[in-house]
Amino acid sequence: MSELTLLLIRFAYLAVLWIFVLSAVSVIRSDIFGARAARQEAERGTARRPRGRAAKKAKPRRGDPTNVTIVEGGQSGEVVSLAQAPLLIGRGSDAAIRLEDDYVSTRHARIASNDDQWYVEDLGSTNGTYVGSTRITQPTTLTLGSQVRIGKTVLELRK
Amino acid sequence: MSESAFMGFVHRRRRGAELFLLVLSLVVGVGAYACVGIGTEGKVPTDIIRYGGWLTLLIVACHVTIRLTAPYADPVLLPVVSALNGLGLAMIHRIDHARNTDYASSQLLWMTLGVVLFIGVLWLLRDHRRLQAYTYTSGLAAIVLLLLPLVPGVGREVLGARIWIQVGGLSFQPGEVAKLLLVVAFAGYLVVHRDALALAGRHVLFVDLPRGRDLGPILVMWLISLGVLVFQNDLGSSLLFFGLFLVMLYVATERPGWLVVGTAMFIGGAYAGYLAVAHVRVRVEGWLDPFGHASAAFQLIQGMYGMAWGGLVGRGLGEGSPYLTPLSWSDFILPSFGEELGLTGVMAIILLYALIVERALRTALVCRDAFGKLLAVGLGVVFALQVFVVIGGVTRLIPLTGLTTPFLSAGGSSLVANWAIIALLLRVSDHARRPPPEMLAAESDDADATQVVSLR
Repeated sequence: MSELTLLLIRFAYLAVLWIFVLSAVSVIRSDIFGARAARQEAERGTARRPRGRAAKKAKPRRGDPTNVTIVEGGQSGEVVSLAQAPLLIGRGSDAAIRLEDDYVSTRHARIASNDDQWYVEDLGSTNGTYVGSTRITQPTTLTLGSQVRIGKTVLELRK
Repeated sequence: MSESAFMGFVHRRRRGAELFLLVLSLVVGVGAYACVGIGTEGKVPTDIIRYGGWLTLLIVACHVTIRLTAPYADPVLLPVVSALNGLGLAMIHRIDHARNTDYASSQLLWMTLGVVLFIGVLWLLRDHRRLQAYTYTSGLAAIVLLLLPLVPGVGREVLGARIWIQVGGLSFQPGEVAKLLLVVAFAGYLVVHRDALALAGRHVLFVDLPRGRDLGPILVMWLISLGVLVFQNDLGSSLLFFGLFLVMLYVATERPGWLVVGTAMFIGGAYAGYLAVAHVRVRVEGWLDPFGHASAAFQLIQGMYGMAWGGLVGRGLGEGSPYLTPLSWSDFILPSFGEELGLTGVMAIILLYALIVERALRTALVCRDAFGKLLAVGLGVVFALQVFVVIGGVTRLIPLTGLTTPFLSAGGSSLVANWAIIALLLRVSDHARRPPPEMLAAESDDADATQVVSLR
């Protein structure tokens, strides 16, 4: 094989190597922008609806839960407003709903909303979070009156 | 910190992009094999279809597994790994050809095993948080694995380091798997105790010292592993574990003081090692003045001549003479690339490693649970440190210590362990990038069924 061919092959291979590296970088780049596009789309989506998120916050719909009530356990009767959602539940000092319960982890679970639904998400607790009688493994929607059990405490969404 | 990501930030699946990159990565890997054939024998090797087909089959199997079990996983990790692995195979084949050895086919066999493990991890481990339950189990397993080479009959000493075990005809370096287990153990322990580590304790100078009972278990685990490694003369791995421990402690507690203490400990330990251990002194002298210690630093000098001969664009695959360097197919595979692909190629390879680390840290940032964050950081740091130690060593940035170059070096244990690490990273990133809750309506009809508190 002639010297020239070998030289061409050598440069062609280096080119292929760098094309691969650069396309990997460009996939990462489009990953960032792709995510942003999705968010803009979501914003446009809410803008199209006249009752956007801000409007809804000011004037909650009828039938939307407004607070979390502890219905069972040592602190039963306590009421926490949903206005500062997402709410962190746990034994730690930074938790919005602080439970003095040995079966509760420091950062146990979180109650949050996505525009029109409330859900609870377990944050990797030791004893788990239960909605109804099932231990949840992924964020689960809450409706009025569905009971969330964390350790010995039962919480409920109320109007 | 992840709240904004959680609410309005949607990741796409990007499986198509992954496929596109995979095709390119196969062009890189199989192309290197073809170039080696052309460079050494003047023709494309005859078994390229068999080789290329097998490589494609393995990579497609990985891709399909990801599509089925981790559809939101990071799209860049697998292609980068596949390209690195292909490059490594081609270079090992090239050196085999010159030295009449046969490391390449066993490397391909190990890669197949690695891919099987990769697929197994993704199929069996559907949620990385499950690993948190095995914190102490994996810590213990890591220590047992590290101790295995010291057991007479099983352990074997190669090139002054007693880090191998041999069972039947197979030899294995258990330390490679131990590093994966240690990351799991550290992450599981720190995620539970990080508040106590960061907040409870006394303030000494400018560092908050945690209470002994919080730091104790992890310190013991870490000291045992370090002690074993020092006893086995495995400097590279002890450096790796030390750095890993330090960075994970820093990330978990958010106290920069740990880095100050750790660096001071490292400098003290390294100096003591230099004074006390002859082995270390040889390495440091070879690093500071290789040409003054030409017999001890022969390998390093050969590697540097190779890289200099390669220059900016290299000699071309199969046209240099990297086989003159001892261990040019394992620890010194990077100078081999430097000779045949030049600075241009080595920069691409280092960039590929940087991409792996970047994706791991990115995963940690996006991840929603603390255990996943620590796990991803730990795995990323293992990669970063390992690449830094070995590439820094062969390029004379730091003293040379033996460690494998991930995915490139010949060495089955390291290859298999690294495939498992990538599988774990993909599992965490799938979890992290999955869009926020697909709203599952909770069953409320059985709300008055008996509720059972699981007490442990």
